[in-house]
Amino acid sequence: MSVASGKPIEETRIVSRRLRDYPDDSHTIERFMATGGYEVLRDVLKAGDPSAIHAHVKASGLRGRGGANFPSAVKWESLPADVYPRYLVINADEGEPSTFKDRLLLERDPHQLIEGVIVESYAIGSTLAFIYIRGEFALGYDRVMTALEEARAKGFIGKNILGSGFDLEIVVHRGAGAYICGEESALIESLEGKRGMPRIKPPLPIHVGVYSKPTVVNNVETASTIPHIIRMGGEEYAKMGLNRSTGTRLAAISGHVNKPGVYELEFGLTLREIIYGIAGGIRDDRELKFFLPGGASFQWLINTDEHLDQIYDIDDITAKLGTTLGSGAIMVYDETTDPLLVAWRLAKFYAHESCGKCTPCREGTDWLEKILYRMSHGEGRPDDMDMLLDVSRGMSPDVMRAPFTQTTICPLGPSPVSAVASLQKYFRAEVEAACGVAAGVAR
Amino acid sequence: MFSDANRRRAVEIVAQYPNPHSAIGPLAHLAQDQDGWLTLEAMEEIAELCETTPADVQGVTSFYSMYKRRPCGKLVVSVCTNVTCLVVGGPEILEHLEHHYATDDDVWVEEVECLAACGLAPSMQVNYEFHESLTPESAEQIVDDYKAGRRTARGVSGGRVA
Ligand SMILES: Cc1cc2nc3c(=O)[nH]c(=O)nc-3n(C[C@H](O)[C@H](O)[C@H](O)COP(=O)(O)O)c2cc1C
Ligand code: SF4
Ligand code: FES
Repeated sequence: MSVASGKPIEETRIVSRRLRDYPDDSHTIERFMATGGYEVLRDVLKAGDPSAIHAHVKASGLRGRGGANFPSAVKWESLPADVYPRYLVINADEGEPSTFKDRLLLERDPHQLIEGVIVESYAIGSTLAFIYIRGEFALGYDRVMTALEEARAKGFIGKNILGSGFDLEIVVHRGAGAYICGEESALIESLEGKRGMPRIKPPLPIHVGVYSKPTVVNNVETASTIPHIIRMGGEEYAKMGLNRSTGTRLAAISGHVNKPGVYELEFGLTLREIIYGIAGGIRDDRELKFFLPGGASFQWLINTDEHLDQIYDIDDITAKLGTTLGSGAIMVYDETTDPLLVAWRLAKFYAHESCGKCTPCREGTDWLEKILYRMSHGEGRPDDMDMLLDVSRGMSPDVMRAPFTQTTICPLGPSPVSAVASLQKYFRAEVEAACGVAAGVAR
Repeated sequence: MFSDANRRRAVEIVAQYPNPHSAIGPLAHLAQDQDGWLTLEAMEEIAELCETTPADVQGVTSFYSMYKRRPCGKLVVSVCTNVTCLVVGGPEILEHLEHHYATDDDVWVEEVECLAACGLAPSMQVNYEFHESLTPESAEQIVDDYKAGRRTARGVSGGRVA
């Protein structure tokens, strides 16, 4: 018997409302303003009280949607007082495998993001904001640039916005193909015209960010949500969701499901309800084999009642199953999928995207890729699984722990270890069979 | 060398930033859209505009996979083989296109990481324009359409070129 969350198994559309209701022109300023757009901006500038925005965001319980789930209001509170200029940077670098929600917001509702950027800049006292957009997102870039021109023509950007005395410029900066630039300190390096290599922390970007000034980095979905929080009121927003996972989040569901796509979900559904209800279940009437509930970097789950009955809640899933909801990607694989092949391709990704600054990551991701390649291509050796665990220890000493432990400057290094730990936990027998242990094949 | 129009655009881009060094990446995109790849002359001009050395520009840009260090033809075809595309035929599309355009100097086929188009995988981009739900045949047809001018391509760095 499966457990039911008691919530309706349907989307709750807040940030995705307009783009779903008006698929043809949700990106235009006409549609945006005809559906309430820029009204929150008018209201907050008229009220003239940035601290009221902060109070709403605090009451909403909003946590960053970029993967780390850090409470947004707390981040703002860490800004050093009286240090100006300070910058807002929107992280639109979306490159985590199978995460594809920010692209939708950029291409289909750019004004919603821009209104969020202006409101957030006003709240924190920034007069220059950057949108760092993944280089490959050519259409997203065009849409955001057009939207900025339109917003400027209406007086929402520039000097003395709507007569409020508040000035703001927004610069859109294209990346150029480097996943690591999604990590906030690497993003800042990249924005400064350098190689995108993460900085050693502390200091955190909130203290020493772009051009050594205090910098708030926020994900596209986070900033896009802020006007809705003001419109609804922080406390109303917090009524959606569950526990400390308030509101909605965009889940990007991909793989062997009948209806892959981006769905806006209130926190609190069960994973079964999401995979079988929202995403339509497994294709071709096959069985589910395993799934990644929080993107490529965290541990996997399998087809058991315990895992499928788990509630979509940031803290609960970590407490009970050790994995996290990460960037909102849910990757689903059916019974025909070789888990070794998925683990290998993820390791290849991390090996390719390692910036090379730390030895455990630069060397370790390469080793994992090489060993997993032979394991997934019929050339595995009987002790390969143990070798994987051994190599993993260099990047993530407590290999099986989830979320992972870390010996490196940033979390990229230990990310592929999540796949190794998942193989060990759930697929050890299958892996051994594939690598000739059962058949007693000697090396 | 930047054309006059692009040189004006470049100066505008530099002026957006509190520090001109930030403009290295955006100017490299502009140069690449103009020239088809990132030439040494372009790097020298970018260095001058960004108040740094050509070696710095080369060092920075070589970190990023979108900047091409040699001519790459008119079309950059980027095929995703990451974990969602992997299980629905991405590698087969890559193999087909690599083989089919192996001797075609106009078409540069490359394997890339997840393009954030996994909902309709397998996916690819042609000069950074998305194409989804592909088969090897439909992918080849799309590339041929660009080649024949039946589809309008962006620049090789994804910009709109006049
Ligand atoms: C390797 C790596 C890649 C990341 N990529 C992204 C990304 O593409 N987009 C994003 O918003 N956050 C990404 N993050 C998280 C950012 O470092 C940062 O936490 C986030 O942008 C903060 O925004 P938020 O508080 O609104 O979530 C990444 C982190 C790491 C370690
Ligand atoms: S962990 Fe890897 S990606 Fe992160 S800073 Fe170190 S080498 Fe670079
Ligand atoms: S895995 Fe291919 S587009 Fe995401």
